Amino acid sequence: MTVDELLRDAVPGLGNGPGYNYAFLDELSKRELRRKTLKAVSIPGHQVPFGSREMPLARGWGTGGLQLSLSLVGPGDTYKAIDQGADASVNAVNMRSLVSRMAEVETTLDARDATIVQTRHRIPEEPLRGDQILVFQVPIPEPLERVEPRISRARRMHAERDYSKMWLFLYESVAKHGEVTVGARYPVVVNGSYLMDPSPIPRWDVPKLHHAPNLALFGAGREKRIYAVPPHTSVEPLEFEDYRFRVESFPRGAHCRRCGSDDTFLDELTDERSGETYFTCSDTSFCDRRLEERR
Amino acid sequence: MNGMVLQVEGLTKLYGRGCGRCVASTGPGPADNTCPHCGTVVACAGVSFEVGPGEVLGVVGESGSGKSTVAACLSFDTEPSSGAARFARFGGRDIFAADAAERRRLRDFDIGIVYQTPQQGLDLDVTAGGNVAERLLAAEWRHIGGMRDRASQLLSRAEIPVSRMDEAPRHFSGGMRQRVQLARALANRPALLILDEPTTGLDVSVQARILDLIRDIQRETGVATVVISHDLGVVRLLTERALVMRHGRVVEAGLTDQILEDPQHPYTQLLVNSAV
Ligand SMILES: Nc1ncnc2c1ncn2[C@@H]1O[C@H](COP(=O)(O)OP(=O)(O)OP(=O)(O)O)[C@@H](O)[C@H]1O
Ligand SMILES: [Mg+2]
Ligand SMILES: [Zn+2]
Repeated sequence: MTVDELLRDAVPGLGNGPGYNYAFLDELSKRELRRKTLKAVSIPGHQVPFGSREMPLARGWGTGGLQLSLSLVGPGDTYKAIDQGADASVNAVNMRSLVSRMAEVETTLDARDATIVQTRHRIPEEPLRGDQILVFQVPIPEPLERVEPRISRARRMHAERDYSKMWLFLYESVAKHGEVTVGARYPVVVNGSYLMDPSPIPRWDVPKLHHAPNLALFGAGREKRIYAVPPHTSVEPLEFEDYRFRVESFPRGAHCRRCGSDDTFLDELTDERSGETYFTCSDTSFCDRRLEERR
Repeated sequence: MNGMVLQVEGLTKLYGRGCGRCVASTGPGPADNTCPHCGTVVACAGVSFEVGPGEVLGVVGESGSGKSTVAACLSFDTEPSSGAARFARFGGRDIFAADAAERRRLRDFDIGIVYQTPQQGLDLDVTAGGNVAERLLAAEWRHIGGMRDRASQLLSRAEIPVSRMDEAPRHFSGGMRQRVQLARALANRPALLILDEPTTGLDVSVQARILDLIRDIQRETGVATVVISHDLGVVRLLTERALVMRHGRVVEAGLTDQILEDPQHPYTQLLVNSAV
Protein backbone atom coordinates (compact mmCIF):
# COMPACT_ATOMS: atom_id res chain seq x y z
CA MET A 1 0.00 0.00 0.00
CA THR A 2 1.32 3.44 -0.81
CA VAL A 3 1.08 6.44 1.43
CA ASP A 4 -1.40 8.07 -0.89
CA GLU A 5 -3.66 5.03 -0.82
CA LEU A 6 -3.47 4.95 2.94
CA LEU A 7 -4.36 8.57 3.27
CA ARG A 8 -6.83 8.87 0.42
CA ASP A 9 -10.04 8.77 2.43
CA ALA A 10 -8.62 9.75 5.72
CA VAL A 11 -9.04 13.11 7.31
CA PRO A 12 -7.12 12.87 10.57
CA GLY A 13 -8.92 14.35 13.55
CA LEU A 14 -12.34 14.09 11.95
CA GLY A 15 -15.00 11.50 12.72
CA ASN A 16 -14.36 9.25 9.75
CA GLY A 17 -10.86 8.59 11.13
CA PRO A 18 -7.76 7.70 9.21
CA GLY A 19 -7.17 4.24 7.80
CA TYR A 20 -4.01 3.92 9.86
CA ASN A 21 -2.86 4.29 13.43
CA TYR A 22 -1.13 7.46 14.63
CA ALA A 23 2.40 7.42 13.18
CA PHE A 24 1.46 4.48 10.97
CA LEU A 25 2.73 1.71 13.29
CA ASP A 26 0.27 0.02 15.63
CA GLU A 27 0.89 0.60 19.33
CA LEU A 28 2.24 -2.89 19.94
CA SER A 29 4.86 -2.45 17.25
CA LYS A 30 5.87 0.90 18.67
CA ARG A 31 6.15 -0.62 22.10
CA GLU A 32 8.41 -3.36 20.80
CA LEU A 33 10.58 -0.81 19.02
CA ARG A 34 10.84 1.33 22.14
CA ARG A 35 11.75 -1.66 24.29
CA LYS A 36 14.40 -2.74 21.83
CA THR A 37 15.66 0.82 21.66
CA LEU A 38 15.98 0.92 25.45
CA LYS A 39 17.91 -2.30 25.34
CA ALA A 40 20.16 -0.92 22.60
CA VAL A 41 20.80 2.21 24.66
CA SER A 42 21.70 0.09 27.69
CA ILE A 43 24.27 -1.92 25.72
CA PRO A 44 25.99 0.73 23.59
CA GLY A 45 26.99 -0.54 20.15
CA HIS A 46 25.34 -3.93 20.58
CA GLN A 47 22.96 -4.99 17.82
CA VAL A 48 19.49 -5.81 19.10
CA PRO A 49 17.13 -7.81 16.86
CA PHE A 50 13.63 -6.44 16.32
CA GLY A 51 10.57 -7.45 14.32
CA SER A 52 10.88 -5.20 11.29
CA ARG A 53 7.40 -4.26 9.98
CA GLU A 54 6.12 -3.86 6.46
CA MET A 55 6.37 -0.20 5.61
CA PRO A 56 4.98 1.76 2.71
CA LEU A 57 8.55 1.83 1.39
CA ALA A 58 10.70 -0.95 0.01
CA ARG A 59 13.12 -2.50 2.49
CA GLY A 60 16.56 -1.17 1.87
CA TRP A 61 15.12 2.32 1.50
CA GLY A 62 15.51 3.34 5.10
CA THR A 63 12.69 1.40 6.72
CA GLY A 64 14.81 0.76 9.82
CA GLY A 65 15.40 4.45 10.45
CA LEU A 66 11.81 5.25 9.59
CA GLN A 67 10.43 2.73 12.07
CA LEU A 68 12.64 4.19 14.79
CA SER A 69 11.47 7.72 13.99
CA LEU A 70 7.81 6.65 13.97
CA SER A 71 8.19 4.93 17.34
CA LEU A 72 9.72 8.10 18.82
CA VAL A 73 7.68 10.86 17.24
CA GLY A 74 4.81 12.57 19.06
CA PRO A 75 2.87 15.83 19.06
CA GLY A 76 5.28 18.72 19.50
CA ASP A 77 8.17 17.06 17.73
CA THR A 78 9.88 18.62 14.75
CA TYR A 79 11.28 16.24 12.18
CA LYS A 80 14.12 16.64 9.71
CA ALA A 81 15.24 14.11 7.11
CA ILE A 82 18.41 14.20 5.06
CA ASP A 83 19.82 11.91 2.43
CA GLN A 84 23.61 12.20 2.07
CA GLY A 85 23.30 15.66 3.56
CA ALA A 86 20.50 16.86 1.27
CA ASP A 87 16.98 17.65 2.47
CA ALA A 88 15.75 17.83 -1.10
CA SER A 89 16.65 14.33 -2.28
CA VAL A 90 13.76 12.02 -3.15
CA ASN A 91 14.37 9.73 -0.20
CA ALA A 92 14.44 12.60 2.29
CA VAL A 93 11.37 14.26 0.77
CA ASN A 94 9.45 10.97 0.98
CA MET A 95 10.44 10.45 4.61
CA ARG A 96 9.41 13.97 5.49
CA SER A 97 6.06 13.79 3.80
CA LEU A 98 5.34 10.39 5.27
CA VAL A 99 6.18 11.35 8.85
CA SER A 100 4.49 14.75 8.69
CA ARG A 101 1.28 13.27 7.32
CA MET A 102 1.10 10.21 9.50
CA ALA A 103 2.26 11.75 12.77
CA GLU A 104 1.01 15.27 12.10
CA VAL A 105 4.24 16.92 13.15
CA GLU A 106 6.14 19.91 11.91
CA THR A 107 9.10 19.37 9.67
CA THR A 108 12.14 21.55 9.23
CA LEU A 109 15.23 21.90 7.12
CA ASP A 110 17.16 23.56 9.93
CA ALA A 111 19.00 21.02 12.10
CA ARG A 112 18.79 23.46 15.06
CA ASP A 113 15.00 23.32 15.06
CA ALA A 114 14.61 19.55 14.79
CA THR A 115 13.92 17.23 17.71
CA ILE A 116 14.45 14.18 15.52
CA VAL A 117 16.91 14.14 12.63
CA GLN A 118 16.67 11.08 10.42
CA THR A 119 19.62 10.61 8.15
CA ARG A 120 21.07 8.48 5.44
CA HIS A 121 24.89 8.50 5.27
CA ARG A 122 25.68 11.88 6.87
CA ILE A 123 25.68 13.72 10.19
CA PRO A 124 24.65 17.39 10.00
CA GLU A 125 27.49 19.91 10.21
CA GLU A 126 25.59 21.77 12.93
CA PRO A 127 26.56 20.15 16.26
CA LEU A 128 23.50 18.51 17.78
CA ARG A 129 22.26 19.09 21.32
CA GLY A 130 21.20 16.79 24.13
CA ASP A 131 17.50 17.36 23.42
CA GLN A 132 17.84 16.06 19.88
CA ILE A 133 17.91 12.48 18.57
CA LEU A 134 19.82 11.43 15.50
CA VAL A 135 18.33 8.42 13.69
CA PHE A 136 20.44 6.62 11.10
CA GLN A 137 19.22 4.52 8.21
CA VAL A 138 21.56 1.54 8.15
CA PRO A 139 22.03 -0.84 5.22
CA ILE A 140 24.49 -3.28 6.89
CA PRO A 141 24.50 -3.28 10.70
CA GLU A 142 27.24 -5.90 11.11
CA PRO A 143 30.72 -4.34 11.09
CA LEU A 144 32.29 -7.81 10.85
CA GLU A 145 30.38 -8.56 7.66
CA ARG A 146 33.46 -7.42 5.73
CA VAL A 147 35.65 -10.06 7.33
CA GLU A 148 33.33 -12.83 8.50
CA PRO A 149 30.33 -13.76 6.36
CA ARG A 150 29.07 -16.37 8.84
CA ILE A 151 26.74 -14.59 11.25
CA SER A 152 27.16 -17.19 14.00
CA ARG A 153 30.93 -16.65 13.97
CA ALA A 154 30.52 -12.87 13.94
CA ARG A 155 28.26 -13.08 17.00
CA ARG A 156 30.78 -15.16 18.82
CA MET A 157 33.50 -12.64 18.00
CA HIS A 158 31.33 -9.88 19.48
CA ALA A 159 30.66 -11.98 22.57
CA GLU A 160 34.41 -12.43 23.06
CA ARG A 161 35.28 -8.90 21.81
CA ASP A 162 37.58 -10.72 19.42
CA TYR A 163 38.10 -8.16 16.68
CA SER A 164 41.47 -9.30 15.37
CA LYS A 165 39.90 -10.13 11.97
CA MET A 166 38.83 -6.51 11.60
CA TRP A 167 42.25 -5.28 12.65
CA LEU A 168 43.75 -7.66 10.12
CA PHE A 169 41.53 -6.14 7.44
CA LEU A 170 43.04 -2.74 8.23
CA TYR A 171 46.57 -4.21 8.36
CA GLU A 172 46.05 -5.72 4.91
CA SER A 173 44.90 -2.38 3.61
CA VAL A 174 48.15 -0.77 4.80
CA ALA A 175 50.28 -3.68 3.49
CA LYS A 176 48.72 -3.41 0.04
CA HIS A 177 48.04 0.30 -0.36
CA GLY A 178 50.32 1.98 2.15
CA GLU A 179 47.37 3.40 4.07
CA VAL A 180 43.99 2.45 5.50
CA THR A 181 41.70 2.83 2.52
CA VAL A 182 38.41 2.28 4.33
CA GLY A 183 36.17 5.26 3.63
CA ALA A 184 32.52 4.99 4.54
CA ARG A 185 31.46 2.50 7.23
CA TYR A 186 34.67 3.04 9.18
CA PRO A 187 34.67 0.53 12.09
CA VAL A 188 34.46 2.08 15.55
CA VAL A 189 34.56 0.77 19.11
CA VAL A 190 31.73 2.04 21.29
CA ASN A 191 32.18 2.60 25.01
CA GLY A 192 35.45 0.67 24.87
CA SER A 193 33.56 -2.52 24.17
CA TYR A 194 31.59 -3.43 21.05
CA LEU A 195 32.73 -2.93 17.49
CA MET A 196 30.08 -0.97 15.58
CA ASP A 197 29.31 0.00 12.01
CA PRO A 198 28.52 3.73 12.07
CA SER A 199 26.56 3.28 8.77
CA PRO A 200 28.04 4.60 5.51
CA ILE A 201 28.87 8.06 6.84
CA PRO A 202 32.18 9.50 5.62
CA ARG A 203 35.15 9.34 7.99
CA TRP A 204 34.59 13.09 8.33
CA ASP A 205 31.52 12.42 10.47
CA VAL A 206 32.95 9.70 12.69
CA PRO A 207 34.52 12.05 15.30
CA LYS A 208 31.11 13.74 15.70
CA LEU A 209 29.79 10.57 17.32
CA HIS A 210 32.46 10.64 20.04
CA HIS A 211 31.01 11.95 23.30
CA ALA A 212 28.16 13.62 21.41
CA PRO A 213 25.53 15.17 23.71
CA ASN A 214 22.73 13.69 21.58
CA LEU A 215 21.42 10.14 21.44
CA ALA A 216 22.24 8.34 18.18
CA LEU A 217 20.02 5.45 17.10
CA PHE A 218 20.72 3.13 14.21
CA GLY A 219 18.01 1.13 12.44
CA ALA A 220 18.50 -1.57 9.81
CA GLY A 221 15.08 -2.55 8.44
CA ARG A 222 16.09 -5.29 6.08
CA GLU A 223 18.54 -6.83 8.56
CA LYS A 224 16.14 -6.27 11.50
CA ARG A 225 18.67 -4.75 13.88
CA ILE A 226 18.72 -1.69 16.15
CA TYR A 227 21.75 -0.30 17.92
CA ALA A 228 22.58 2.90 19.73
CA VAL A 229 25.20 5.30 20.99
CA PRO A 230 23.86 6.98 24.13
CA PRO A 231 24.80 10.60 24.85
CA HIS A 232 28.36 11.27 26.06
CA THR A 233 29.65 7.85 25.03
CA SER A 234 33.08 7.21 23.59
CA VAL A 235 33.18 6.22 19.92
CA GLU A 236 36.70 5.42 18.79
CA PRO A 237 37.72 4.51 15.26
CA LEU A 238 40.14 1.58 14.99
CA GLU A 239 43.61 2.99 14.39
CA PHE A 240 47.21 1.90 14.62
CA GLU A 241 49.86 3.72 16.63
CA ASP A 242 51.73 4.53 13.43
CA TYR A 243 48.72 4.81 11.09
CA ARG A 244 46.27 7.10 12.77
CA PHE A 245 42.63 7.52 11.82
CA ARG A 246 42.22 10.55 9.58
CA VAL A 247 39.17 12.26 8.17
CA GLU A 248 38.96 12.93 4.44
CA SER A 249 41.10 15.78 3.23
CA PHE A 250 40.18 18.02 0.35
CA PRO A 251 42.61 19.61 -2.09
CA ARG A 252 44.33 22.73 -0.79
CA GLY A 253 42.06 25.72 -1.18
CA ALA A 254 38.95 23.63 -1.82
CA HIS A 255 35.82 25.41 -0.67
CA CYS A 256 32.10 25.37 -1.32
CA ARG A 257 31.25 27.18 -4.54
CA ARG A 258 27.97 28.39 -3.05
CA CYS A 259 28.76 29.49 0.50
CA GLY A 260 32.55 29.56 0.48
CA SER A 261 32.97 27.16 3.44
CA ASP A 262 36.26 25.33 3.69
CA ASP A 263 35.47 23.63 7.00
CA THR A 264 32.57 21.41 5.92
CA PHE A 265 32.36 18.06 4.17
CA LEU A 266 32.42 18.84 0.46
CA ASP A 267 31.03 17.00 -2.56
CA GLU A 268 33.19 17.13 -5.64
CA LEU A 269 31.31 17.98 -8.82
CA THR A 270 32.14 18.73 -12.42
CA ASP A 271 30.90 21.79 -14.22
CA GLU A 272 29.23 20.41 -17.32
CA ARG A 273 30.04 23.41 -19.47
CA SER A 274 33.63 24.14 -18.52
CA GLY A 275 34.55 20.61 -17.43
CA GLU A 276 36.12 22.07 -14.29
CA THR A 277 35.75 20.40 -10.94
CA TYR A 278 34.31 22.35 -8.06
CA PHE A 279 32.99 21.65 -4.58
CA THR A 280 29.79 22.26 -2.69
CA CYS A 281 28.77 21.52 0.89
CA SER A 282 27.26 18.09 1.25
CA ASP A 283 24.99 19.43 4.03
CA THR A 284 22.67 21.60 1.93
CA SER A 285 20.74 23.30 4.75
CA PHE A 286 23.92 24.28 6.50
CA CYS A 287 25.19 25.67 3.20
CA ASP A 288 21.98 27.67 2.68
CA ARG A 289 22.30 29.18 6.12
CA ARG A 290 25.94 30.16 5.65
CA LEU A 291 25.02 31.71 2.36
CA GLU A 292 22.25 33.68 4.05
CA GLU A 293 24.58 34.84 6.82
CA ARG A 294 27.24 36.00 4.37
CA ARG A 295 24.83 38.12 2.38
CA MET B 1 53.78 -30.64 37.38
CA ASN B 2 57.23 -32.15 38.05
CA GLY B 3 58.72 -29.58 35.72
CA MET B 4 56.64 -30.80 32.78
CA VAL B 5 55.17 -28.37 30.25
CA LEU B 6 52.15 -30.49 29.41
CA GLN B 7 50.56 -33.53 31.04
CA VAL B 8 47.73 -35.19 29.14
CA GLU B 9 45.69 -37.76 30.99
CA GLY B 10 42.99 -40.06 29.69
CA LEU B 11 42.18 -37.93 26.65
CA THR B 12 39.09 -39.37 24.99
CA LYS B 13 37.06 -38.13 22.06
CA LEU B 14 33.90 -39.84 20.82
CA TYR B 15 32.07 -38.81 17.66
CA GLY B 16 28.49 -39.99 18.14
CA ARG B 17 25.88 -40.48 20.83
CA GLY B 18 27.84 -43.08 22.80
CA CYS B 19 26.23 -46.07 24.52
CA GLY B 20 28.45 -46.71 27.54
CA ARG B 21 30.10 -49.68 25.88
CA CYS B 22 31.90 -47.75 23.13
CA VAL B 23 35.35 -47.55 24.69
CA ALA B 24 35.34 -51.16 25.89
CA SER B 25 34.18 -52.41 22.48
CA THR B 26 36.80 -50.64 20.38
CA GLY B 27 40.58 -50.33 20.17
CA PRO B 28 43.45 -52.58 19.09
CA GLY B 29 41.74 -55.75 20.41
CA PRO B 30 38.59 -55.49 18.28
CA ALA B 31 40.82 -53.77 15.70
CA ASP B 32 38.26 -51.06 15.07
CA ASN B 33 37.47 -47.57 16.34
CA THR B 34 33.74 -47.75 15.63
CA CYS B 35 31.44 -49.03 18.37
CA PRO B 36 29.62 -52.17 17.10
CA HIS B 37 26.64 -51.37 19.37
CA CYS B 38 25.91 -47.78 18.50
CA GLY B 39 28.18 -46.78 15.64
CA THR B 40 29.99 -44.08 17.64
CA VAL B 41 33.54 -43.40 16.45
CA VAL B 42 36.05 -43.57 19.28
CA ALA B 43 38.59 -41.25 17.69
CA CYS B 44 40.88 -41.52 20.69
CA ALA B 45 40.53 -42.94 24.20
CA GLY B 46 42.65 -42.95 27.33
CA VAL B 47 45.53 -41.14 25.67
CA SER B 48 48.11 -40.02 28.24
CA PHE B 49 51.53 -38.48 27.78
CA GLU B 50 53.73 -35.67 28.99
CA VAL B 51 56.09 -33.23 27.34
CA GLY B 52 58.98 -31.60 29.15
CA PRO B 53 60.68 -28.26 28.51
CA GLY B 54 62.58 -28.25 25.23
CA GLU B 55 61.39 -31.73 24.47
CA VAL B 56 60.01 -33.04 21.17
CA LEU B 57 57.46 -35.81 21.48
CA GLY B 58 56.46 -37.88 18.45
CA VAL B 59 53.03 -39.35 17.77
CA VAL B 60 52.96 -42.00 15.05
CA GLY B 61 50.24 -44.21 13.70
CA GLU B 62 48.38 -45.10 10.56
CA SER B 63 45.69 -42.98 9.00
CA GLY B 64 42.60 -42.74 11.21
CA SER B 65 44.42 -43.78 14.39
CA GLY B 66 43.43 -40.56 16.16
CA LYS B 67 46.57 -38.43 15.91
CA SER B 68 44.91 -35.27 14.58
CA THR B 69 42.11 -35.67 17.10
CA VAL B 70 44.65 -35.35 19.91
CA ALA B 71 46.00 -32.17 18.26
CA ALA B 72 42.49 -30.82 17.69
CA CYS B 73 41.63 -31.23 21.36
CA LEU B 74 44.82 -29.53 22.54
CA SER B 75 44.21 -26.56 20.24
CA PHE B 76 40.51 -26.27 21.19
CA ASP B 77 39.36 -27.08 17.67
CA THR B 78 37.23 -29.84 19.15
CA GLU B 79 35.90 -30.52 22.61
CA PRO B 80 37.21 -33.75 24.22
CA SER B 81 34.64 -36.18 25.66
CA SER B 82 36.80 -36.68 28.75
CA GLY B 83 40.33 -36.35 29.99
CA ALA B 84 42.57 -33.55 31.17
CA ALA B 85 45.54 -31.60 29.87
CA ARG B 86 47.47 -29.81 32.57
CA PHE B 87 49.60 -27.02 31.19
CA ALA B 88 52.43 -25.22 32.98
CA ARG B 89 51.65 -21.87 31.33
CA PHE B 90 48.12 -22.21 32.66
CA GLY B 91 49.35 -22.53 36.22
CA GLY B 92 49.35 -26.31 35.90
CA ARG B 93 45.58 -26.33 35.54
CA ASP B 94 43.54 -28.38 33.05
CA ILE B 95 43.10 -26.37 29.86
CA PHE B 96 39.84 -28.19 29.04
CA ALA B 97 38.33 -26.56 32.11
CA ALA B 98 39.28 -23.08 30.85
CA ASP B 99 36.49 -20.62 30.05
CA ALA B 100 36.09 -18.97 26.65
CA ALA B 101 38.33 -15.99 27.42
CA GLU B 102 41.07 -18.20 28.89
CA ARG B 103 40.89 -20.52 25.91
CA ARG B 104 41.33 -17.63 23.55
CA ARG B 105 44.33 -16.45 25.50
CA LEU B 106 45.86 -19.92 25.48
CA ARG B 107 45.26 -20.18 21.75
CA ASP B 108 46.55 -16.71 21.00
CA PHE B 109 49.66 -16.79 23.17
CA ASP B 110 50.56 -20.18 24.51
CA ILE B 111 49.81 -22.96 22.05
CA GLY B 112 51.01 -22.75 18.44
CA ILE B 113 49.82 -25.24 15.87
CA VAL B 114 50.81 -26.14 12.32
CA TYR B 115 47.91 -27.95 10.70
CA GLN B 116 48.01 -30.93 8.42
CA THR B 117 46.60 -28.83 5.55
CA PRO B 118 47.64 -25.17 5.11
CA GLN B 119 44.08 -24.02 4.45
CA GLN B 120 43.18 -25.08 8.00
CA GLY B 121 45.86 -22.87 9.47
CA LEU B 122 46.08 -19.99 7.00
CA ASP B 123 43.79 -17.64 5.20
CA LEU B 124 45.22 -18.23 1.75
CA ASP B 125 43.91 -14.89 0.49
CA VAL B 126 45.45 -12.82 3.26
CA THR B 127 49.12 -11.85 2.73
CA ALA B 128 51.81 -14.03 4.31
CA GLY B 129 52.72 -11.12 6.57
CA GLY B 130 49.05 -10.64 7.44
CA ASN B 131 48.70 -14.29 8.42
CA VAL B 132 51.53 -13.80 10.91
CA ALA B 133 50.31 -10.35 11.96
CA GLU B 134 46.89 -11.77 12.81
CA ARG B 135 48.48 -13.60 15.75
CA LEU B 136 50.23 -10.40 16.83
CA LEU B 137 46.98 -8.44 16.51
CA ALA B 138 45.27 -11.03 18.68
CA ALA B 139 48.02 -10.33 21.21
CA GLU B 140 47.11 -6.64 20.96
CA TRP B 141 50.00 -5.36 18.90
CA ARG B 142 48.85 -2.07 17.41
CA HIS B 143 51.96 -0.78 15.65
CA ILE B 144 52.14 -1.72 11.97
CA GLY B 145 55.87 -1.06 11.68
CA GLY B 146 56.56 -3.23 14.72
CA MET B 147 54.35 -6.02 13.44
CA ARG B 148 55.96 -5.94 10.03
CA ASP B 149 59.40 -6.16 11.61
CA ARG B 150 58.42 -9.14 13.69
CA ALA B 151 56.58 -10.83 10.80
CA SER B 152 59.53 -10.39 8.46
CA GLN B 153 61.89 -11.81 11.11
CA LEU B 154 59.67 -14.84 11.56
CA LEU B 155 59.09 -15.34 7.85
CA SER B 156 62.74 -15.06 6.94
CA ARG B 157 63.58 -17.47 9.77
CA ALA B 158 61.09 -19.83 8.12
CA GLU B 159 62.94 -19.23 4.83
CA ILE B 160 60.21 -17.19 3.16
CA PRO B 161 61.84 -14.30 1.28
CA VAL B 162 60.78 -11.03 2.91
CA SER B 163 60.09 -9.71 -0.59
CA ARG B 164 57.08 -12.03 -0.67
CA MET B 165 55.53 -11.11 2.67
CA ASP B 166 52.86 -8.99 0.99
CA GLU B 167 51.78 -11.82 -1.31
CA ALA B 168 48.95 -14.20 -0.51
CA PRO B 169 49.94 -17.84 0.21
CA ARG B 170 47.41 -18.92 -2.42
CA HIS B 171 50.26 -18.30 -4.85
CA PHE B 172 52.81 -20.22 -2.75
CA SER B 173 54.00 -23.81 -3.09
CA GLY B 174 52.92 -26.40 -0.50
CA GLY B 175 56.27 -26.21 1.25
CA MET B 176 56.15 -22.44 1.47
CA ARG B 177 52.64 -22.56 2.88
CA GLN B 178 53.79 -24.89 5.66
CA ARG B 179 56.64 -22.52 6.42
CA VAL B 180 54.21 -19.59 6.68
CA GLN B 181 52.17 -21.71 9.09
CA LEU B 182 55.29 -22.30 11.14
CA ALA B 183 56.11 -18.58 11.27
CA ARG B 184 52.55 -17.86 12.32
CA ALA B 185 52.50 -20.57 14.98
CA LEU B 186 55.66 -19.14 16.55
CA ALA B 187 54.55 -15.49 16.42
CA ASN B 188 53.73 -15.08 20.10
CA ARG B 189 56.47 -17.36 21.45
CA PRO B 190 54.22 -20.24 22.50
CA ALA B 191 55.16 -22.63 25.30
CA LEU B 192 53.81 -25.55 23.26
CA LEU B 193 54.07 -26.18 19.54
CA ILE B 194 51.96 -28.81 17.82
CA LEU B 195 52.99 -29.95 14.35
CA ASP B 196 50.38 -32.14 12.65
CA GLU B 197 51.95 -33.87 9.65
CA PRO B 198 54.05 -30.81 8.83
CA THR B 199 55.61 -32.39 5.76
CA THR B 200 52.96 -34.78 4.49
CA GLY B 201 52.22 -34.37 0.81
CA LEU B 202 55.44 -32.49 0.06
CA ASP B 203 58.25 -33.56 -2.25
CA VAL B 204 60.99 -35.48 -0.51
CA SER B 205 63.59 -32.74 -1.04
CA VAL B 206 61.19 -30.09 0.25
CA GLN B 207 60.37 -32.32 3.22
CA ALA B 208 64.02 -32.61 4.20
CA ARG B 209 64.48 -28.84 4.19
CA ILE B 210 61.43 -28.27 6.34
CA LEU B 211 62.44 -30.96 8.80
CA ASP B 212 65.85 -29.31 9.18
CA LEU B 213 64.16 -25.97 9.66
CA ILE B 214 61.82 -27.37 12.31
CA ARG B 215 64.70 -28.97 14.15
CA ASP B 216 66.77 -25.79 14.12
CA ILE B 217 63.92 -23.54 15.20
CA GLN B 218 62.91 -25.97 17.91
CA ARG B 219 66.46 -25.95 19.28
CA GLU B 220 66.74 -22.18 19.11
CA THR B 221 63.45 -21.52 20.84
CA GLY B 222 63.41 -24.52 23.13
CA VAL B 223 59.66 -24.74 22.67
CA ALA B 224 58.10 -27.99 23.89
CA THR B 225 56.84 -29.69 20.74
CA VAL B 226 54.49 -32.48 19.73
CA VAL B 227 55.16 -33.81 16.23
CA ILE B 228 52.44 -35.90 14.66
CA SER B 229 53.26 -38.02 11.65
CA HIS B 230 52.50 -41.34 10.06
CA ASP B 231 56.09 -41.22 8.76
CA LEU B 232 58.57 -43.00 11.03
CA GLY B 233 61.43 -41.15 9.32
CA VAL B 234 60.05 -37.82 10.47
CA VAL B 235 59.62 -39.04 14.01
CA ARG B 236 63.10 -40.61 14.04
CA LEU B 237 64.67 -37.37 12.87
CA LEU B 238 62.88 -34.98 15.20
CA THR B 239 62.00 -36.76 18.41
CA GLU B 240 63.55 -38.41 21.43
CA ARG B 241 60.36 -39.97 22.73
CA ALA B 242 57.32 -41.19 20.86
CA LEU B 243 53.86 -42.71 21.17
CA VAL B 244 52.46 -45.23 18.75
CA MET B 245 48.71 -44.99 18.22
CA ARG B 246 46.30 -47.44 16.69
CA HIS B 247 42.51 -47.44 16.58
CA GLY B 248 42.44 -44.47 18.91
CA ARG B 249 44.72 -45.96 21.61
CA VAL B 250 48.34 -45.59 22.56
CA VAL B 251 49.76 -49.06 21.98
CA GLU B 252 53.39 -48.30 22.70
CA ALA B 253 55.37 -45.44 24.19
CA GLY B 254 59.02 -44.83 24.96
CA LEU B 255 62.31 -43.62 23.57
CA THR B 256 62.03 -43.23 19.83
CA ASP B 257 65.20 -45.13 19.02
CA GLN B 258 64.20 -48.00 21.26
CA ILE B 259 60.75 -48.21 19.73
CA LEU B 260 62.20 -48.24 16.25
CA GLU B 261 64.95 -50.73 16.99
CA ASP B 262 63.08 -53.07 19.29
CA PRO B 263 59.36 -52.62 18.82
CA GLN B 264 57.31 -54.49 21.44
CA HIS B 265 53.79 -54.24 20.11
CA PRO B 266 53.01 -56.36 17.02
CA TYR B 267 51.52 -53.36 15.29
CA THR B 268 54.68 -51.31 15.84
CA GLN B 269 56.72 -54.23 14.55
CA LEU B 270 54.61 -54.23 11.42
CA LEU B 271 54.95 -50.49 11.08
CA VAL B 272 58.73 -50.57 11.50
CA ASN B 273 59.21 -53.54 9.21
CA SER B 274 57.08 -52.09 6.43
CA ALA B 275 58.99 -48.80 6.65
CA VAL B 276 62.37 -50.45 6.26
N1 LIG C 1 34.36 -34.68 12.84
C1 LIG C 1 34.41 -36.02 12.85
N2 LIG C 1 33.26 -36.72 12.86
C2 LIG C 1 33.29 -38.08 12.88
N3 LIG C 1 34.42 -38.79 12.88
C3 LIG C 1 35.58 -38.14 12.86
C4 LIG C 1 35.64 -36.72 12.84
N4 LIG C 1 36.94 -36.35 12.83
C5 LIG C 1 37.65 -37.50 12.83
N5 LIG C 1 36.84 -38.56 12.86
C6 LIG C 1 37.26 -39.96 12.91
O1 LIG C 1 38.11 -40.13 13.99
C7 LIG C 1 39.12 -41.07 13.67
C8 LIG C 1 40.48 -40.46 13.94
O2 LIG C 1 40.71 -39.40 13.01
P1 LIG C 1 42.03 -38.53 13.02
O3 LIG C 1 41.85 -37.46 12.02
O4 LIG C 1 42.34 -38.15 14.40
O5 LIG C 1 43.11 -39.56 12.50
P2 LIG C 1 44.63 -39.35 12.09
O6 LIG C 1 45.40 -40.32 12.88
O7 LIG C 1 44.98 -37.93 12.21
O8 LIG C 1 44.61 -39.79 10.56
P3 LIG C 1 45.41 -39.21 9.31
O9 LIG C 1 46.77 -39.84 9.38
O10 LIG C 1 44.64 -39.69 8.15
O11 LIG C 1 45.46 -37.74 9.42
C9 LIG C 1 38.90 -41.45 12.22
O12 LIG C 1 38.18 -42.67 12.20
C10 LIG C 1 38.06 -40.34 11.69
O13 LIG C 1 37.24 -40.80 10.65
MG1 LIG D 1 45.60 -36.45 10.86
ZN1 LIG E 1 28.61 -47.48 21.58
